[in-house]
Amino acid sequence: MLRIKNLSKSFNIGTENEVSIFNGFNLDIEEHKCTAILGPNGCGKSTLLNMIGGSILNDGGEILLNGEDISKLKEDKRAIHIGRVYQDPSMGVSPALTILENMSLADKKGEKFRLRKLIKKNNIDRYVQLLKSLDLGLEYKLNTKVRFLSGGQRQSLSLIMAAMKLPDLLLLDEHTAALDPKTSHVIMKKTKDLIDKYQITTIMISHNMRDAVEYSDRIVMLDKGKVVFDKPSKETSEEELIEIYKAKLIQDIA
Amino acid sequence: MNLFVTSLEQGLIFAILAMGVFITFRILNVADLSAEGTFPFGAFIFAKFITMGLDPILSTILAFLFGTLAGLMTSTLFIKLKIQPILAGILTMTTLYSVNLRINGKSNVPLFSFDSIFNLGQTLVILILAVIAIKLLMDYFLNTEKGYLLIATGDNETLVKSLGASSNKLKVMGFMLANGLVALSGALMAQYQGFAEITMGSGISVIALASIIIGDTFKKNSSFIKNTSRAIFGAVVYKIMGGIAIDLGLAPSDLKAISAIIVIVFIAYNNLAAGFLGFKKRKEGGDTLVKNKEPLKEF
Repeated sequence: MLRIKNLSKSFNIGTENEVSIFNGFNLDIEEHKCTAILGPNGCGKSTLLNMIGGSILNDGGEILLNGEDISKLKEDKRAIHIGRVYQDPSMGVSPALTILENMSLADKKGEKFRLRKLIKKNNIDRYVQLLKSLDLGLEYKLNTKVRFLSGGQRQSLSLIMAAMKLPDLLLLDEHTAALDPKTSHVIMKKTKDLIDKYQITTIMISHNMRDAVEYSDRIVMLDKGKVVFDKPSKETSEEELIEIYKAKLIQDIA
Repeated sequence: MNLFVTSLEQGLIFAILAMGVFITFRILNVADLSAEGTFPFGAFIFAKFITMGLDPILSTILAFLFGTLAGLMTSTLFIKLKIQPILAGILTMTTLYSVNLRINGKSNVPLFSFDSIFNLGQTLVILILAVIAIKLLMDYFLNTEKGYLLIATGDNETLVKSLGASSNKLKVMGFMLANGLVALSGALMAQYQGFAEITMGSGISVIALASIIIGDTFKKNSSFIKNTSRAIFGAVVYKIMGGIAIDLGLAPSDLKAISAIIVIVFIAYNNLAAGFLGFKKRKEGGDTLVKNKEPLKEF
């Protein structure tokens, strides 16, 4: 499980633009569950995800993944335990390489990359199986360069690549936000199937209340670096979340 | 015929240069200008060891190894010290200029009286074998786990990090390999022309880029032709074109400008071909498409 203890983070320290995003922030993420993090722009959800992933370093506190503090580890060392799907469909793949080459690389995640041939024929059947479960016909395009795929196809490939080695934690960074509503829905469903089947501990950032209620097990809402709402998804509704959002907004204006 | 053979031989030497620069320019997406210093560096290192009495093969290999150090320097400058890659290359190049003069204590080292690898057999045959060997090694490398990771590093660093690998280490490796090949090419050129000379590196980056760009145009859409083959083809065609130009009466010193023009024209074509059409379309709309010419005042 992931335990965030006493986390703090400020930006532009020592300048007049100094902002403290987190100050003594605590959050536990249960194992094998999908936790959705919601909140208005600037609430700190992306910063939180970046600090867990390691692309931004926290100023203080601990990020414990299965009991080990990962907050001091470099991004590439953390990545061995963490899978991440970004909002931009090009971030999780190498567009210059083919689907097969991309999957073969993802299959080596966390291992030592050696001077041996990357593409192994024995693995291809497994990749084809994985691609088949996406229902996008990608299994027929193994040798197509990823840059020729649509955003939705790339994003599904990113998802498979991020989850391929069963990470201890999967981070979904608004991974359907750049897609059209229909594709977004399809990818969200596939994501849910995948994390349910393999019981992957997941943190999902979203602006979409309906997705959050439908696809997560627990909803946490952040505002100005604090948890302002925390409930199992079953006990809440899209309407309730929108009400809270509105109330927050009014409170901010007043 | 003699001119053709000479151009072909020089083209093959430049093919090794082009394969090296291909790693930084095409795979890692960085224009590494240090080649201007690394190419003569390889020549001078070779000259140093051969005049000390070492075997020509060993001296050539040492030139490669010393060349990798130039790559280490450039990549360290831009990764660790955060200097812009182009500037990092220029700094290495400038440093190497002084280093090159120091190695043998002079700017021109005649090598006619020393052994060279071309004494082992026919020059053309030796060069063809060397180029094929390097090409096959590079092709093999680019098919390995590390090789693909290097390609991914130039394409999407985020992915490489997410695979638990250090993209910086890969960049260093790529730069070292590239500069090793450039120095190797310089060492071969010194043996071929019979001397190492301080100015032999000037304009070499542009020649390498021109070779790569010419190679790219060859059967553009074929995925069967490997990029290494393209670089070799480009370098040979570049040299033969240069040979023809000289035969037609151009001075050898004009070739540098011609190679620069080749690079400008091809890159401009790739970047602007679509842009020119767009420009035309915009013009059709009259002087402005904005109907309300009054700017907003309040709302």
